[in-house]
Amino acid sequence: MPHSTRPARVGEGTGVRRTLIGFVLVISALLVVAPLCVIAVEAFSKGVGVFAATIAHPDTRSAILMTLATALIAVPVNTAFGLAAAWSITKFDFPGRSLLLILIEIPFSVSPIVAGVAYLFVYGMQGLFGPLLQDAGIKILFALPGIVLASMFVTAPFVARELIPLMQAQGRDLEEAATSLGASGWQTFRTVTLPNIKWALLYGVILCNARVMGEFGAVSIVSGNIRGQTNTLPLHIELLYHDYQTAGAFAAALILTVIAVFTIIAKVLLERRGAGRVRPIVATLGTAEAKDQP
Amino acid sequence: MKQRVLPGLSLSLGVTLFYAALIIALPVLALVFKAASLGPAAYWQIVTSERALASYRVTALSALAATVFNFFFGLALAWVLVRYRFPGRRLLDAVVDLPFALPTAVAGIALTTLFAPGGWFGHVLDPLGIRVAYTPLGIMLAMCFTSLPFIVRTVQPVLEELDPALEEAGQSLGASDREIFTRVILPLLAPSILAGLSLSFARSLGEFGAIIFIAGNQPMSTEITALLVFIRLEEYEYQAAAAIASVLLITAFVMLALTNILQRRALRYMQRG
Repeated sequence: MPHSTRPARVGEGTGVRRTLIGFVLVISALLVVAPLCVIAVEAFSKGVGVFAATIAHPDTRSAILMTLATALIAVPVNTAFGLAAAWSITKFDFPGRSLLLILIEIPFSVSPIVAGVAYLFVYGMQGLFGPLLQDAGIKILFALPGIVLASMFVTAPFVARELIPLMQAQGRDLEEAATSLGASGWQTFRTVTLPNIKWALLYGVILCNARVMGEFGAVSIVSGNIRGQTNTLPLHIELLYHDYQTAGAFAAALILTVIAVFTIIAKVLLERRGAGRVRPIVATLGTAEAKDQP
Repeated sequence: MKQRVLPGLSLSLGVTLFYAALIIALPVLALVFKAASLGPAAYWQIVTSERALASYRVTALSALAATVFNFFFGLALAWVLVRYRFPGRRLLDAVVDLPFALPTAVAGIALTTLFAPGGWFGHVLDPLGIRVAYTPLGIMLAMCFTSLPFIVRTVQPVLEELDPALEEAGQSLGASDREIFTRVILPLLAPSILAGLSLSFARSLGEFGAIIFIAGNQPMSTEITALLVFIRLEEYEYQAAAAIASVLLITAFVMLALTNILQRRALRYMQRG
């Protein structure tokens, strides 16, 4: 590298280097960092009093509880699903594996609005089971179960997507050795598989949680937006914003922003432990495929 | 064929299939069923209505513009993060994930406040005659924000693995930096760039939360397709909502297929290299 007439690698010249770094920093500051700053500034624009009053308001508290309740159900369920999907897809060969992968991947490409509408046509009065459910007195839409179901749809692939490429890369040898030595399936999973995937698992859980807590489009269709009853935090933010309570909206938004920042910090820490690395290209599809081919 | 088979197939596959059927397949089929119940003539009339066509146009064009922006910016970001060492690089790397971590509604109100006529950026741009908030430009901006990480995160790992010998070979043959970049590096990155572009475009087509705050939401000009679905629901036009939503669903499937093909190609490319 040193003492050569031209830089060793493309783009190493100081001119190119400075221009590119400058360009990227300026655009990132304007497009990504500025929104972050405006949230914090606006949240306190009417003083700490208004901020505290918004957070303490019963409607905000109810929205926080709704969001927490949704995450408490949806995240563990999707974690269990992700583990089951990853175990079945990576530890066994069965026909239709890639089809199953595509099915799991669907929520990633479908608009959250489509997800919400789709749930309406399953559990709503216009849908398949709506009239039946009403006769039975079971309320799914415009209540917590609907919000949880829509959130589960949107985040169904999150944990699976982190685990599948990693478990695919790790192979089956260790598990096969453990079972041939007499370990039960559950023991093998707990003592052999889990220690190898724990950081990737945690990483998937954290991303899943962030998305569940922040989901807006799908939830706004199935929740019914009943103030103080079925509003989640993102919906409450919209409500305050359209009520011209801008400071209040940003106060509520700040809670979710803090969660987002913690999510990113956790992500950075987990990536240092190797999570998220075994993912050459974003999605899992193809990884399993490629191994199939001799 | 190896004879040793691990335990737990029926349990794990059973749980997976049950959950995927109940949570993913059932609602998708219910939507398709509802849209199909309209019959071809009525369906076609709804999905090709003037207002629907205008919404596809604004959604697709904004998504296209945002994807082009992210092509240049995402590529530059990935390049800078991989090739250069400078103070703040790690912070920048973390900042790239913010659009994924920040709830879309929060991003929406933050961008709107920045670009509204009295906002930090709005009051600079407004005198110049540039209106971002409540115009198609705002839709594009929101899409740029929410789909920013895709290209960076698909290109970054490939760029990291790129063999320096290839560039050196180009240099020893007397190629200029620009030639090496366009003739050697870019073709090697192409599969991952394409995969990133299709992910980014697909995400922009379906985005809702970040856009509705900053778009003017005026029918025929700044109304995205996802919003039109929402409006039809609020009008209790359930079948119309189902029909238009099915257009988004079909587009998503096409994009999913395209992304899969592109990613498979990108992966094969990487494993070969």
